[in-house]
Amino acid sequence: MSAAEEVVAEGHQAVEAVPKRAMTLGTGTSLVVLAALLVVPMFVKNFIIFQMTMLLIYGLAVLALNILTGGSGQFSLGQSAFYAVGAYTSAVLMEHANLNYALTIPISAAVCFGFGYLFGKPALRLSGVYLALATFALATAMPQLLKLNFLEHWTGGVQGLVVTKPDAPFGLPMSQDTWLYYFTLIVTLAIYLLSVNLLRSRSGRAFMAIRDNEIAASSMGVNVALYKTLAFGVSAAITGVAGSLGAIAVQFVAPDSYTITLAISLFLGMVVGGVGWLPGSFVGAAFIIFVPNMAESISKGLSGAVFGVLLFLVIYLVPHGARQIAILGQQFAGKLKKN
Amino acid sequence: MTQAQLAQGTAPLLAVRDVSVVFGGIVALNGVSFDMQKGQILGLIGPNGAGKTTLFNCLSRLYQPSSGDILMEGVSILTRPPHRIAEIGIGRTFQNVALFPNLSVMDNVRVGTHARTSSDIISDSLRLAWIRRSETDVNKKVHDILAYLDLEDVAQTVVSGLPFGTQKRVELARALAADPKILLLDEPAGGLNHEEVYVLGDLIRKIRDERHMTVLLVEHHMGLVMSIADHVVALNFGKKLAEGTPAQVQADPDVIKAYLGSKDQ
Repeated sequence: MSAAEEVVAEGHQAVEAVPKRAMTLGTGTSLVVLAALLVVPMFVKNFIIFQMTMLLIYGLAVLALNILTGGSGQFSLGQSAFYAVGAYTSAVLMEHANLNYALTIPISAAVCFGFGYLFGKPALRLSGVYLALATFALATAMPQLLKLNFLEHWTGGVQGLVVTKPDAPFGLPMSQDTWLYYFTLIVTLAIYLLSVNLLRSRSGRAFMAIRDNEIAASSMGVNVALYKTLAFGVSAAITGVAGSLGAIAVQFVAPDSYTITLAISLFLGMVVGGVGWLPGSFVGAAFIIFVPNMAESISKGLSGAVFGVLLFLVIYLVPHGARQIAILGQQFAGKLKKN
Repeated sequence: MTQAQLAQGTAPLLAVRDVSVVFGGIVALNGVSFDMQKGQILGLIGPNGAGKTTLFNCLSRLYQPSSGDILMEGVSILTRPPHRIAEIGIGRTFQNVALFPNLSVMDNVRVGTHARTSSDIISDSLRLAWIRRSETDVNKKVHDILAYLDLEDVAQTVVSGLPFGTQKRVELARALAADPKILLLDEPAGGLNHEEVYVLGDLIRKIRDERHMTVLLVEHHMGLVMSIADHVVALNFGKKLAEGTPAQVQADPDVIKAYLGSKDQ
């Protein structure tokens, strides 16, 4: 029996076809989430608002990795480097050139796109674990590069730079934290919608075709090298925007805020949220922000170990992350409707 | 081949000229030449290791011939990178199906239109009006092809869960979506049962007749090749053994020897 015949035999047994999985939330769920994101900050303390801002920011960074890995199938442990470049671009422009914070964001996106695109070029020769190692090197090098002496005038060296927090515009009666939250929410929503459009488009299909089978993609006319580097560029640009927003929210940039630990956290966030499922990025971000705190409240001395156990539980119980929970929830809701 | 011949339509659509491929010290193809006329179904046969797939991969630019040339409508294809082969009208399927397993049937076929459409990441992200129009056209075309190949019921299904025979049809649909002039089919009958092979033969002929395509069929299944091919080229050990109508090739003593003489067939 040839391999092909075996496949046929298996194919006949597989009666139930796998339906296509949605990449996004349904309209109803999206509206509920959006309403919550709009309304909740009106009723909570500034610290919670700050945490929600950070949730959106890390969510963006995880989303960026999700486009790269879930979309085009390329691994990266170097996202912290792109985040750092974004953060420093905004910080330097705001503090040295007195540029408005909002204007630094598109600049940061453009700078990071270029950086990611250029990094993607040599990385084309690598795949799988080797690509992960190359990006790992980038993440390790970045804090050191930011400390370089000849850059110190701009970057503040080891000391970093303090960033001024912007006030709400047009005399809106809200705190700096609340304004920054809504500003971040607008940017996040815009990027989320653009990303959904991108992944559903001809370019997005080219990304996914490359992820699934490079040779077949190439035979269909997909320029594999171009789309792989574009995926790196897009991912870096979004990560850079997250970095910019992060710098403004935290009011501070320093080389050691952007180490490999950040990159690994983002990677973790992607896995917990579900690789390739965009809304999961924000669930993953919540995991990497809140679960370490939870672990610390359980045991101060062994917080790392507790975090490890919690992470292990998640991976053991729901290997496909938040996406799996969403699918289960949908099936449950479907059953309820029938009854 | 002159421009005049091209204009008259007497020149071959695809011409393989003295193509050799050497891997290290092994000669996989040794000076193979043949022509494909427009509208023909050309069967490429030969025992295992004869060089059929090597030649096939030269046509889709995965391998670079060591010498010789391949001309599509009189122009060499050997300077083109693999991703610029689809746009000149060469489409293919793969020996053991090479679909995009995590994408739906519809998305697989949509990728097939890649070479016939254009976009950029900014317009795609903003879903500009011209992108929406282009997507509408793509969707219509994809639906037509799915209907043509009776795949509408599984349009939204992820391909990895489908039976092998259906996957092969999806691959054919994906190739058709690029509007090829030449369809290269690499062992389409592989893994199909007796009945399915006959259905496939009818389908290939139907596609050739209704969609005005030229087909290069690389196949082990003699019955299929002999029943649908207009012209047959037999290879053995990288060399052309015989060429002609199915009947001529079948009667050729060298071909009989190549097939019956070796015990591993």
